[in-house]
Amino acid sequence: MKLSVVNLSCRRGETRLFDALAFDLDAGESLHVCGANGSGKTTLLRFLCALSFPDEGEIFWNDQAIGHALCDYRSQLATLGHRDAIKEELTPIENLKLAALLSGGGFDLESALGALKRLGVPDGDDIFCRRLSQGQKRRVALARLLLLDRPLWILDEPCAALDPTATREVASMIDAHLSGGGIAVVASPSADAFPKARKLRLSASC
Amino acid sequence: MLRFIETVIRREFLLAFRRPADLISVLFFFIIASSLFPLGVWPRVDTWLQLAPGVLWVSALLATLLSLPHLFADDYRDGTLEQLVLGAYPLAFAVFGKLVAHWLVFGVSLALLAPVFAFQFDLPGHALWTLFLSLFVGTPALSSLGAIGAALTLGLRGGRVVLSLLVLPLYIPVLIFGAAAVEAALAGIDANAGISFLAALSLAGMFFTPPLIAAALHITME
Amino acid sequence: MDKNDLPKTPSRLSDLPAAYRLAGKAIPYFWALTVASGAAGLYAAFFLALPDARQGETFRIIFLHVPASWMSLFIYLCMAFLAALALFFHARASSILLSALAPTGALFTFLSLSTGALWAKPIWGTWWVWWDARLVSELVLFFMYVGFIALASAIEDPRRADKASALLALVGVVNIPIVYFSVRWWHTLHQGYSITLTRPPAMAPVTFWGIVLCVLACTAYAAAVALMRFRNTVLDRERDAEWVRETLATGS
Repeated sequence: MKLSVVNLSCRRGETRLFDALAFDLDAGESLHVCGANGSGKTTLLRFLCALSFPDEGEIFWNDQAIGHALCDYRSQLATLGHRDAIKEELTPIENLKLAALLSGGGFDLESALGALKRLGVPDGDDIFCRRLSQGQKRRVALARLLLLDRPLWILDEPCAALDPTATREVASMIDAHLSGGGIAVVASPSADAFPKARKLRLSASC
Repeated sequence: MLRFIETVIRREFLLAFRRPADLISVLFFFIIASSLFPLGVWPRVDTWLQLAPGVLWVSALLATLLSLPHLFADDYRDGTLEQLVLGAYPLAFAVFGKLVAHWLVFGVSLALLAPVFAFQFDLPGHALWTLFLSLFVGTPALSSLGAIGAALTLGLRGGRVVLSLLVLPLYIPVLIFGAAAVEAALAGIDANAGISFLAALSLAGMFFTPPLIAAALHITME
Repeated sequence: MDKNDLPKTPSRLSDLPAAYRLAGKAIPYFWALTVASGAAGLYAAFFLALPDARQGETFRIIFLHVPASWMSLFIYLCMAFLAALALFFHARASSILLSALAPTGALFTFLSLSTGALWAKPIWGTWWVWWDARLVSELVLFFMYVGFIALASAIEDPRRADKASALLALVGVVNIPIVYFSVRWWHTLHQGYSITLTRPPAMAPVTFWGIVLCVLACTAYAAAVALMRFRNTVLDRERDAEWVRETLATGS
């Protein structure tokens, strides 16, 4: 299992966000993308999610360009974006169930409850996500990562709106994922959030 | 794959059930809009009968137009649309499921409601049946053609006005066949031709537009 | 920044500097053609063609009406073709040219509708009829142009605007024939109208060639204006590129 990026460049109008970016990630490795706001972290992560496509450069999954096998590549992915992708009208369990079924897997109630419990999210038939706080919704989104069981995690600021306890929980989730042979790409503005990960610092130049 | 589409349809139903205000306001819009026309027309009963098919169909069409932003806007705002893109099957399948659900929730409700509120025009019984049938068969075309506009204008400032500019010209053939079918029923002519044309437009819309809509959504999200 | 900073794209159609220069070379020829064939066509329209036996002087409006109607359709077909190129081959130049054509197309569609109405009033005794398939599809074509321009100007990100409007142009090209046939079908349902819009049985050669010249003038005019608009958009999009600064400095 291997994610490699070759010669990736991105220009947005006058600014060159990044140029000739290249890295390889093998099973069990993680990359921490850091940099100031507007330095292109989210843009890079959207390229990696195959949600948008770069002007130049190529992304390979197991030495195959992702553009040639989009569906296969996407079925390896679990992502967390800026927005939590949580439906406010549904309960946490309903959200997890839909996410699991739509991603093509089965749904196991016990493990979903376990994931919610691990992240400290209250659950019940009458607790709709509308009533949860921002941080609690983020935790539901993190529980989705645990449940989907995908090898490649791409997380955009996973600790946004989380308290210190939950932030530590995220770090240990990622560690467990890596020791299970997964790969993770994490974007976060703070430079020392994930000490074990390799660092990629983006700085926009004109 | 069928299970995937079924999951999408169930999801949309669940969300519509938890947010009944969306459907109710669209239906009330239909009732109010179709009641405004008689107030604006000189009250002569034979004129009403002549106007009724067009008035009811135009009101249904505008009500559908109002319901279109619900198709993708909420999913776009909360990020679930991105998760659908990363789902097990290409986005076009999810779009197909959403279209089916949109038709079943909004289209079929309008088709059921229209004959009830057509009484104000004094339509005879067989015309009411044709009205129901034409809306039932024609609203999938409205959902699918409208979804193209909804996907293209997603997240734009002033997107709703642009949406109506894009979608209303696409609705013209549906309107012509739908209103003509009801009119034919009123005139005692066989309305099947119009209904068949509507069914053809709806089938073509439901099966050919999902890839286009998915492409438009990809463009929007890129 | 050096020349290597220009986006490298696989397609030659995306070579904007070359397209810009080619357009610049072509524009004067199109203007010359517009003036020459326009002058000849109008001379034929006003001095050579004899008043029609039935319609009198009114018939001279066809020297504007026919070219405008032809251009309204021809430009839309060009736009659909360019849209296909833009979407399937990621050709940036064609998506810019596509948006550059739209205002001219809308203008000709409006001209076609208004000259048609002006002609219809004295001849048919009414400005407008709803049961004629050609009239209604022309009106819908106008709506499609308006929707296209509205969508393109509502989207701020030029990349998204290009692709979204190209997709809309492709949808529209399917819509127009459907509208045409639905109105024809509707019309046959309403038996009993007696007036039909048919082509004049025979046309004098001078009229025919006059119209051809006017069509040529309108086509050349549309090409010239669209290419000028194309050049402006290219300069705006590429305003940070070195070649634009060079071009503007030398004034070529």
